[in-house]
Amino acid sequence: MAYSEKVVDHYTNPRNIGTLDKGSDKVGTGLVGAPECGDVMRLQIQVDDATGVIEDAKFKTFGCGSAIASSSLATEWLKGKTIDQALEIDNMDIVEELALPPVKIHCSVLAEDAIKSAINDYRTKRGLEAIEVKSSH
Amino acid sequence: MKLPVYLDNNATTAVDPRVFEVMTPYFLDVYGNAASRSHPFGWAAEEAVDYARGQIAKLINANSKEIIITSGATESNNLALKGVYEMYAAKGNHFITVSTEHKAVLDACKHLEKLGAEVTYLPVAEDGLIKLSQIEEAIRPNTVLVSIMYGNNELGVIQPIREIGELCKSKGVLFHSDATQAVGKIPVDVIADNIDLMSFTAHKMYGPKGVGALYVRRKNPRVKVTAQMDGGGHERGMRSGTLNVPGIVGFGKACEIAMKEMQSDAERLSKLRDKLENALLQLEEAYVNGSIENRLPHTTNISFKYVEGEGLMMGIKDIAVSSGSACTSASLEPSYVLKNLGLDDELAHSSIRFGLGRFTTEEEIDFTIDCVTTAVNKLRDMSPLWEMFKEGIDLKSIEWSDH
Repeated sequence: MAYSEKVVDHYTNPRNIGTLDKGSDKVGTGLVGAPECGDVMRLQIQVDDATGVIEDAKFKTFGCGSAIASSSLATEWLKGKTIDQALEIDNMDIVEELALPPVKIHCSVLAEDAIKSAINDYRTKRGLEAIEVKSSH
Repeated sequence: MKLPVYLDNNATTAVDPRVFEVMTPYFLDVYGNAASRSHPFGWAAEEAVDYARGQIAKLINANSKEIIITSGATESNNLALKGVYEMYAAKGNHFITVSTEHKAVLDACKHLEKLGAEVTYLPVAEDGLIKLSQIEEAIRPNTVLVSIMYGNNELGVIQPIREIGELCKSKGVLFHSDATQAVGKIPVDVIADNIDLMSFTAHKMYGPKGVGALYVRRKNPRVKVTAQMDGGGHERGMRSGTLNVPGIVGFGKACEIAMKEMQSDAERLSKLRDKLENALLQLEEAYVNGSIENRLPHTTNISFKYVEGEGLMMGIKDIAVSSGSACTSASLEPSYVLKNLGLDDELAHSSIRFGLGRFTTEEEIDFTIDCVTTAVNKLRDMSPLWEMFKEGIDLKSIEWSDH
């Protein structure tokens, strides 16, 4: 299967690989997927207390090129967004941006789950209620 | 060095130029039907087929009358299993095979089960090998056939064929072997191995695609299979259909070359394979799958823990190999062969099969070592699982979300 140019670009030059301090109350961590399914994503956001804006985002992903590209793209999109704006990110936006084929749509779903899971981790740390994650799959 | 480097010789091989050369006249000049008895076009084609059949038979120490030409090993396996089931229905309906066989054998068995066959699928040990005692215990009074592959396509593991052949002979049970990966790579002798039926194909041994053979023993015992393709009664009535003359000529030449060069090829390739394997095992958490002692000289299957197979394949796009993860074929199932060795799904997902061939060079192996090492390190740097492993976290202790 041929990958789109954008997938290849994110795979070759992944943006924002790394680890944030998961102990910090400014950081939310989402860990989704499972090793036996062949995809695990860990996505982290660091939020500015005062503005509620995501000032940093990092990821690490075990998975195929599309999974790596989906999470890399997600971190790019998250930076500078408010939590509310981040919640608007839909997996189909990722599919469109990366031109993912149907068999790789689950990679984008996983990235959306990772975003929501990171936000919820942050909210829980702040004593806020977790947002109900509507599973789109 | 041309890129990508081809290391998928268990899937198929390039045609040897010497094979290609002998085939060409049979497309344009000697184009007769080998079954045409009334004119020189047919006679020339028949003569060429007879000669090739002799070359094919010689490689496996058979008689040319025992070679049934087919379209390839899948057809040979189907003909052997289904043909024996029908021909020996009066004797019994029980077959014995192994869980790591090729799909052409496993799915033919499943088909026969629907028709009333009883099939025992024996499990293999961690090293991919089957034990003689397992087969002995599985043989019943109504057992007709034992079908066990010579060399495994994913691992290269070689089963104890000679001992199995002896056992089957002593029990009066027919023995079929899918020797697709072995013939032309290691010495295969149907007499010494006591094999009654054997499938093999040209395109895994530098011959053309679309032509293969089923060896069917004619003496001690005389074996027969019921044709699965009806028509003109070609191939002693066991496989009708106009013969693929250029393909057969190429198959014959490929067998002749293999006979002469198999040993030197094997020595050279096992050295290169070992060089590749030893270099890649320098990486942490890299494991060879299957028996190291009993395997084909040109194959190795390695799992790189904490990196995902398809992601790795993308990182080594300059090397053509196969992954143990069937993600590439749109289903997310990891290889059933690797799972049958008891590998976790995650290890099965992270495995790569390297298949060297006659045209593999040392330069290509050195390039492969660098390329794979770089890709594995890069992917581990971005793998959350690798980070957890390094922090001493047991991945089994984590509650993973399913998706």
